[in-house]
Amino acid sequence: MNADPFSLWVYLSQTPLLWLTVTLLVYAATDAVSQATGRNPLVNPVLHAMWIIGVFLWATGTSYTTYFGGAQFVHFLLGPATVALAVPLYENRKLVLAAILPMALALVVGCVTAIVSVVWLAQLAGLPETVVLSLAPKSVTAGVAMGISESLRGDPSLTAVAVILTGILGAIIVSPLMNRLGIRDYRARGFAVGLASHGIGTARAFQVDAIAGVFAGIAMSLNALITALLVPVLVTLLVR
Amino acid sequence: MIASIGLILLCQLAGEVIARGLGLPLPSPVLGLLLLFVLLVARDYIKPLARGPLGNGGVEEASKGMLAHLSLLFVPAGVGVIQQLDMITAHGVAIMLVLAGSVLITLVVTVVTFVVVARLLSMWVPR
Repeated sequence: MNADPFSLWVYLSQTPLLWLTVTLLVYAATDAVSQATGRNPLVNPVLHAMWIIGVFLWATGTSYTTYFGGAQFVHFLLGPATVALAVPLYENRKLVLAAILPMALALVVGCVTAIVSVVWLAQLAGLPETVVLSLAPKSVTAGVAMGISESLRGDPSLTAVAVILTGILGAIIVSPLMNRLGIRDYRARGFAVGLASHGIGTARAFQVDAIAGVFAGIAMSLNALITALLVPVLVTLLVR
Repeated sequence: MIASIGLILLCQLAGEVIARGLGLPLPSPVLGLLLLFVLLVARDYIKPLARGPLGNGGVEEASKGMLAHLSLLFVPAGVGVIQQLDMITAHGVAIMLVLAGSVLITLVVTVVTFVVVARLLSMWVPR
C-alpha cells in the first residue's frame, strides 16, 4: 500500500487504465438511465456522458490529452463500427434495394440542404467567414468533416465541435419531430437522421428501430461520400 | 470472435490501402463497409467463402455487438467539445442556433423527399 494517497493519484491519473474505466463506467451509467426512461431523446447517453466526464476532468485538473490517452481505445473503434454497418445492410438488402430511388433523391436533396442551410443561417447570424466555412461540412462524420474543413481553410477543431453538436441535436430532435410530422415510415425517419446527424444520429436510430438504424447507416455513409464532393462547389457559390 | 474482428479490421485496412493508393478522397471505413458487404454477398454464390468468420454468423455477431454500443464510441470525441468550449464562447449561442436550425431543416427536407418519392413510386408500381 502506498503511504501517500496523493502520489498514487498522480500515478493513476496519468494511466490509460483510469480514463478508459471512467469512460466505460460513465457511459454504462448514462446508457442505463437512458434505457430506464424508455430512450427519452433528452436523456441522450453521449450528451450526458460528455459533460459528466468533462466536469470530472475539470475537477481533477486533467488535460484532454491525458484523458484521450485512455479513451483513444474506444475512439479507435469508430472505424471498425462503420465497417460493421455492412452486416445490417446485407441482412436488409432486399428492403434497401426496394427503396433505392427514394434514397437516391433524398440523399442529393438532403445533402445540398444540409450544406446550404447551415451556410445561409451562419451568414444571416453574421458569423465570421472562417466560422461559416468550418460549419459547412457539419453533417458528416468527424474524420471526413475535418478533412473538408481543412481544404476550405476553415478551422478543423471548430468543425469537430460542430459535428458533435449537430449529431446530438439531431438525435434529440428526430423522434419528437417525426412524430409531430406524422411520419411512420422508419426507413425515411432513419435515413433523414443518418444524413443530418451522421453516427450519433445512426446510434439513436438503432436504439429506436432496427430498420431505421440500417437506413441511417446507409445515409451516413453515402452522405460522407457526396458531401466531400459537393461542399467545395457549394461553398464557392455561396461564400463571397 | 477474434477472426471476425480481424476480418472487420482487414476490410478497413484494405479500404485505407485503396484510398491512399489511388488518392481517392473517400474515408477508409466507408470503403471497408463496401468490401465487407461485397464479401457477404459473394459468400451466397461462392460456397468455399463460407468458412471462418464468414461461416457460422461470426462476423454478423461481432458487428452487431459493436453496433449495439455505437453511442459509446462518440464519447471520447464528445468530451473534446467540452474542452474546447472557450473557443466557441465568442459565437457560442449563434453557432448553436445555426446548427439547430440547419439540422431541423435538413431532417424535414430529407424525410419529406424520401416519403414523397416512395409514395409516388408505389402509385406507379401497383403491388
